[in-house]
Amino acid sequence: MAKISENVICVTCPKGCTLIVTRDGQTVIDVENGCKRGKDYAQQELTDPRRMVASSVRLKGGLHPLLPVYTSAPFPKPRIPELLSVLRQVEVKTPVSLDQVILENVLDTGINIQSSREMKEVVE
Amino acid sequence: MKKYDIIIIGGGVIGCMTARALSRFDLKVLLIERESDIGMGASSANSAIIHAGHDPMPGSLKAEMNRLANPMWDQVSADLGIPFKRSGAYIVAIGEDEFGCLAALKERAEKNGVLTEIFNADEMLKREPLVNPATSGALFTPTAGMVDPFAACVASIENAIQNGVEVLTDTAFTGFIMEGKKIIGIHTSQGDFACRWVVNAAGTYSDEVMHAAETRQDFKITPRRGEYYLLDKAEIEINNILFPVPSKVSKGILVLGSTHGNVLVGPNSQTTDYKENKAVTPEGLAEIWQGAQKLVPSITPRSVIAVFAGLRATGNAECQTPGVNYHNDFVIERAGEVDGLINLAGIESPGLTAAPAIAQRVTELLKEGGEKLTEKPGWNPIRPARPRFNHLTREEQAALVAQDPRYGRIVCRCEMITEGEIVAEIHAPLPARTYDAIKRRTWLGTGRCLGSFDMPRVVDILAHELNLPVTAIRKKGAGSEFLLRQTKEVEA
Amino acid sequence: MTIKEHYDVVVIGSGPGGLAAAISAKKNGAQDVLIIERDIEPGGILLQCIHNGFGVEVFKQDLPGPSYAQRFINEAYQVGVDFLLDTMVLEITRDHRITATSKRYGFLTIQAKAVVLAMGCRERTRAQVRLPGTRPAGVYTAGTAQRWVNVEGYMPGKNFVILGSGDIGMIMARRLTFEGAKVERVLEVMPYLSGLTRNYVQCLMDFDIELQLKHTVKNIIGKKRVEAIEAVAVDDKWNYIPGTEEIIPCDTLLLSVGLIPENELSRQAGVLIDPVTAGPFVDDGFQTNIPGIYSAGNVVHVYDLVDWVTEAGLIAGKSAARLVQNGPQPDAKTIAVKAGENVRYVVPHTLNPDHLADGEIRIQMRVRQPIEAPVWVEVRSGEKLLHRKGEPYARPGEMVTIPLKPALMDEVKAAGELTVAIVKR
Repeated sequence: MAKISENVICVTCPKGCTLIVTRDGQTVIDVENGCKRGKDYAQQELTDPRRMVASSVRLKGGLHPLLPVYTSAPFPKPRIPELLSVLRQVEVKTPVSLDQVILENVLDTGINIQSSREMKEVVE
Repeated sequence: MKKYDIIIIGGGVIGCMTARALSRFDLKVLLIERESDIGMGASSANSAIIHAGHDPMPGSLKAEMNRLANPMWDQVSADLGIPFKRSGAYIVAIGEDEFGCLAALKERAEKNGVLTEIFNADEMLKREPLVNPATSGALFTPTAGMVDPFAACVASIENAIQNGVEVLTDTAFTGFIMEGKKIIGIHTSQGDFACRWVVNAAGTYSDEVMHAAETRQDFKITPRRGEYYLLDKAEIEINNILFPVPSKVSKGILVLGSTHGNVLVGPNSQTTDYKENKAVTPEGLAEIWQGAQKLVPSITPRSVIAVFAGLRATGNAECQTPGVNYHNDFVIERAGEVDGLINLAGIESPGLTAAPAIAQRVTELLKEGGEKLTEKPGWNPIRPARPRFNHLTREEQAALVAQDPRYGRIVCRCEMITEGEIVAEIHAPLPARTYDAIKRRTWLGTGRCLGSFDMPRVVDILAHELNLPVTAIRKKGAGSEFLLRQTKEVEA
Repeated sequence: MTIKEHYDVVVIGSGPGGLAAAISAKKNGAQDVLIIERDIEPGGILLQCIHNGFGVEVFKQDLPGPSYAQRFINEAYQVGVDFLLDTMVLEITRDHRITATSKRYGFLTIQAKAVVLAMGCRERTRAQVRLPGTRPAGVYTAGTAQRWVNVEGYMPGKNFVILGSGDIGMIMARRLTFEGAKVERVLEVMPYLSGLTRNYVQCLMDFDIELQLKHTVKNIIGKKRVEAIEAVAVDDKWNYIPGTEEIIPCDTLLLSVGLIPENELSRQAGVLIDPVTAGPFVDDGFQTNIPGIYSAGNVVHVYDLVDWVTEAGLIAGKSAARLVQNGPQPDAKTIAVKAGENVRYVVPHTLNPDHLADGEIRIQMRVRQPIEAPVWVEVRSGEKLLHRKGEPYARPGEMVTIPLKPALMDEVKAAGELTVAIVKR
């Protein structure tokens, strides 16, 4: 198989380095321009792209009607739409603490959905 | 069918002031406005000047109304709590050639009975140091002033409502109900109403109202769009009204202070066939910029906080005074061909200035038409202004907050408008039911952030006070809702 | 909670800069520290920035905005910072007297020994970019839309066009897509991205949202609600290129056309403002020209990373605490720091070389013209190169930092003024 060189923009940190990735099929041979995390990212991006996903779920009894949530780890990119549909059906009640698990092992990915903030109970 | 003595079509400053003038008499009066609020046409997008009257063609109705109305503003503004400042105005000559034109302007002003004075360059620069140093002098008209034009609409219609006038917004005139040559009512988008008199104060649409009564088929409004910039008061301060020396075609681009403290520049003048054409254009704004910098070179684009456009209701009426050759005069008349119609048409500049005099003239026209106007006992000409937190001293602010804590919460940070003021407008005699209605009344959302901070908060307050879902809150009329659905609503 | 009439340090704003400043002031020995916040809860704009990307420097973690804020809110309460929420500051005087108003607490005056300005920034509007067209509903800044969608729970439209490739705009493109809206286009008048490259990748590319560089909005169409916008290509001088007009039907136009430090209170107090940053002139301790008035975070200049805002807050809070404890110091010799070749601005504007004894001083700047090749970031004293640092590239969207090490103290002391430059390697 022929070696392919391509540019991959690393999204691991805000620097956004342009990695030059040389691969043979699915095997990454060399990554230029990246730090250690960048090299891991390149491998991951070419085989199983994942993203941190942040969204919200409905909330009852708080200062606001929504609770912001995020994935405990980068989530498989092709399944993001599925995840969003699941989140649309969820409603939680106050009180909620920071990093409280809202959904465990969501869609059998081994990844949790957790709260991005605490939300106290508001007494009307 | 509901019956009125008089129906006024159009809630601009002319309609509102007329409603107030008529509220003094024992008459049942209705004012209809097709938009969601009064004053949404030229009355809220103009130069906000009470003109001295130096400029109109001598002998024209414009000149006469201006001359009569100018002195009325002290009383009107005091009675109604309208921000008004008799600042005087300057026609600023730039370069020696223009100085030569001032004498002719002075002569015209004198024909109109307007007091003026010519200043040299030093005096002009002393009075307004930001004026172009190339100035050669100015013609000063001390009786000119600045007004909040929208406040003039609101205050006069509220006073009219207090005195028994009814108002329907979102109500468009669609035709007359006639009995031979006599008007006996009108059709509207909200049903029919019977009346004996109709006052046509429909602004850019006043020609169409006339034509609906089959009068003055030759009269036509050709709107002229004027675009404006509003500047940040933190960036530039000018407390004067500065006109350029007019050219043959236009009064030119003005630079002026306002009762809100912002500097306003504009307008240009572009003829348009479309009566809703309030878009601003890149070309127009470039033109204004050039004109403004001629008068005040230090004005920079950086200080712009708002751009807007208004439409002048320019008509084609011949001046009725013998020997005066003028084709864009006001129409203030009892219609000849039908009974029961008063036309107030072609009311462009100086229409705002002229409004109290025009309203007065309407009562005279009614008398001439055989209407016996009996003064109502208990008519109250006073409409007190509501508190404006930002205009109070610190001590007054503290007292207001102590009295009503809602005045303690600032909702618009740039203009320092409080929740208390917003709530008061929502429950005023003519309730402010949209974002723009509150904006025009309080000046909220007109500052540097242009409402991006206050908008979600005002939408919430409106929903709460009007007991409506948040998705029903509008910027202006129907179809201008801010929000379409809940974030988590599952889309069908 | 009772609000005292006197505080050692009063911080205006409870975003990341304000929280850090208050915590730092308290930890560095100020007794009574108060944060005044206009919103009903602390945290500032981070509360609506529910996306990840915060804390990579400070916590070595990739956190959502609220989560980042929560850590500092909790710490502030823990160290005993007082909060005055739902309260707007009306005025600050040169001698640190603060007038504020609140629906909850009424009208207040508070005397502080030191003040930290941490009001953050605001978004540029359609007027500031002089967008032509009508004024219907459906034209919002990206931040206002963000508050609606993420905090208040409402969608302001179905079909969006976004003007400006700032970070908030791109992040909102993804966020709106997540919630079932369609983002038709992102337009950017500059020939390059104005936000971070990674946001282009994970917010636009991931969802096939088209970005058009060197394009802008020529007209907004619609009377009551936006019905369409007219897009147009521009040349290098931002002139429209005739024949490139395109009508894009949409019901909402979001603006992500830049941020401006919010310095109305600062101006009133007599704080001098740098016309380039639109924030106060500051020294290395973030003190403004007025003794005892400090400023921290986006109120000074607009950062692209919250982590650096926190860092600035920590420095400002520490400086304020020192002033409270030690009183004003006799005038020390300060050195001006100037923007040199290809640098648009630099912060701080002055520094006291003696402070290098306490540790490095970070000089932050923005490049004027992008360089997509390795560069040197240089600190010079006249012609003499004092220090330089390599970077793989320099982009206007990404702030550049160069630390001055304590070892350079003597050389900095000897310098008349420092100049920073960004040049090709």
